[in-house]
Amino acid sequence: MKSEKDLSTLPIAEQIPTILIRPSRGWVALNLRDLWLYRELLYFLTWRDIKVRYKQTVLGAAWAILQPFFTMVVFSIFFGRLAQVPSDGIPYPIFAYCALVPWSYFAGALDRAGNSLVGSANLITKVYFPRLAIPISAVLAGLLDFGIAFVVLLGMMFYYGTAPTAAVLTLPLFLLLAIATALAVGLWLSALNVQYRDVRYTIPFLTQLWLFATPIAYSSSLVPEQWRALYGLNPMAGVVEGFRWALLGKEPPGPLLAVSVIVVLLLLIGGLYYFRRMEKTFADVV
Amino acid sequence: MSDTAIRVENLSKLYRIGGPQERYKTLRDTLAHAAVAPVHQLRRLGQPAPPQETIWALKDVSFEVKHGEVLGIIGPNGAGKTTLLRILSRITEPTTGHAEIHGRVGSLLEVGTGFHPELTGRENIYLNGAILGMRKVEIERKFDEIVAFAEIEKFLDTPVKRYSSGMYVRLAFAVAAHLEPEILLVDEVLAVGDAAFQKKCLGMIGDVAGEGRTVMFVSHNMHAVSELCETGLLLRSGYLDRDGPIADVIKSYVADAGTASRWTRGERELQPSKKFFFLSAQIVDQNGAVASHLDFGAPFVVEIQYLVARRVTCKPAFHAVNLNGVVAFSSTECDAAGGQDILREPGVYRVRCVVNPNWLMPGTYAIRLSASQTNVEHLDSVDICLQFDIGGVGSLWSLDRRPGLFDLTYEWTLCSFEKAADGYP
Repeated sequence: MKSEKDLSTLPIAEQIPTILIRPSRGWVALNLRDLWLYRELLYFLTWRDIKVRYKQTVLGAAWAILQPFFTMVVFSIFFGRLAQVPSDGIPYPIFAYCALVPWSYFAGALDRAGNSLVGSANLITKVYFPRLAIPISAVLAGLLDFGIAFVVLLGMMFYYGTAPTAAVLTLPLFLLLAIATALAVGLWLSALNVQYRDVRYTIPFLTQLWLFATPIAYSSSLVPEQWRALYGLNPMAGVVEGFRWALLGKEPPGPLLAVSVIVVLLLLIGGLYYFRRMEKTFADVV
Repeated sequence: MSDTAIRVENLSKLYRIGGPQERYKTLRDTLAHAAVAPVHQLRRLGQPAPPQETIWALKDVSFEVKHGEVLGIIGPNGAGKTTLLRILSRITEPTTGHAEIHGRVGSLLEVGTGFHPELTGRENIYLNGAILGMRKVEIERKFDEIVAFAEIEKFLDTPVKRYSSGMYVRLAFAVAAHLEPEILLVDEVLAVGDAAFQKKCLGMIGDVAGEGRTVMFVSHNMHAVSELCETGLLLRSGYLDRDGPIADVIKSYVADAGTASRWTRGERELQPSKKFFFLSAQIVDQNGAVASHLDFGAPFVVEIQYLVARRVTCKPAFHAVNLNGVVAFSSTECDAAGGQDILREPGVYRVRCVVNPNWLMPGTYAIRLSASQTNVEHLDSVDICLQFDIGGVGSLWSLDRRPGLFDLTYEWTLCSFEKAADGYP
């Protein structure tokens, strides 16, 4: 009877006939196949996060717009108007908002991912599934907010008459880079958070500092030419300048972007291995 | 394919049992510790070794379960039963040893894991199903069955935070009951909910077993274990004490329950998260002395002390269990209040129950403590903590070793008699 069923309808565990349980030592394989088997769980966890986010709020999904929008207003008044921060010839409000959209996504995803494991302690101690699904779903769940805020960005582009160039096609890559950055840092923070609850207090502080270290209120062109590639060590600099290039027609980020991509890849791979290494202790420590 | 479903070899698990301040490590503590550790090391030289800070929750446990076998795991609190299930469910890793599982595993360590209070019943069925390892199409196929089983049709689109606790547990269990693994690992989920719910749980395990699937389950309900299982494991402080036919395992468990007439909870067993704990229990005979040998028919007293950490309504109870794991009788503190749960403010309570009349058949009995919130949650239980025997002097049992739970003289009357005429009526 069982053999008549389509493989994809079988319970996940059915596809793993023999399980070996033994203590693991040191660095372990990433086992992404296991994660793939549990992709539906990943989907449901993401879906849960999205569903639950604005339950019992008055403004609901408008929150996704309010935060970046009002930050943009404040930045426009104080940095754009009063401090006269140069914005490379682009109207300051859209210059700032174009950077705030990916930034808000990143900051939100980082916060959720960093606290995700601790917040899912009841799952971790009661059910087996690849633990990577937890921070990954936390990072993905922010994409809806991103989409909503992005629509407002399109409206602003229309208002300011900014026509995108062919570079707009590269936009998904910069979004991917933002996701990868949030995930990479989120993996480290979430695993550390299980051991050290200090992380919970570090995250808001970290995002605040990081906001000013990223060219959001100002342009990366303020950084002297010879140091600009080094600025890419902050991967969000690459993301933000990439967004401005793709949408507002600013000059391409160049070497800065290359440095950002390398940094993110290193952080991400390191984060994945670190996470997997710590994973076995989660249920006992969390 | 071999007929072995689970093979466990020398499985051990070491836990650190630091004080509460060590449970949440902070970075500062780690740094501070690193700074002062060398000094401490120097000071410690020449002094006796510090008290042990680790505990073997499981030590060198080996056994095998065949396909289609129903195995009961019994043992006192803290014996490592849940740890064993957690390792086999891959929630945590063993420290040494290994295990092999042939077949797909479903584990049920808790009902309603991952339920989100803000989501509706419908949404939680999908979420919980996915968490337990079901596929979306599989959940869709069984959706109507799950809803019918849980009896929540009307409330399908209501957030579960508005559910009564009974509905919540029923829904949670309905999802779990529709998991169809070859090997099912069940922790003491049976302890949750009311009698009807427990019956449903047991029925589910019975069904799974009847279909030839393998079941491993932990329970304090000796009666359920002896009915459902063929074989059993007895764990004691992490060691495998006995392994074999369930009747033998239960017998050796109840018989060696330890020092019988008085029990006090070990400090290590106190979990800060719990609202209710049993602290101690003892059996007092009619002369007021703590005793484990009682005369037949003589009343006795069960004295129980418990701690309430947070205001709670509860039903503290005890069960008297015989050597076969059958509950001879049980009694709750709420009986006087018409069976309603009683409200308890934080504090330490001492209660006593006079067992009078005592109709128990001569033999050996054990006392099990249990406290729950009717239809809501299980608060605390202590398996087989006291043991006593009832002497045979003066009993009917002493005349003919008759079977039964109670030794009672009932009235017999001869209603009619016709003398046989010539041998035949």
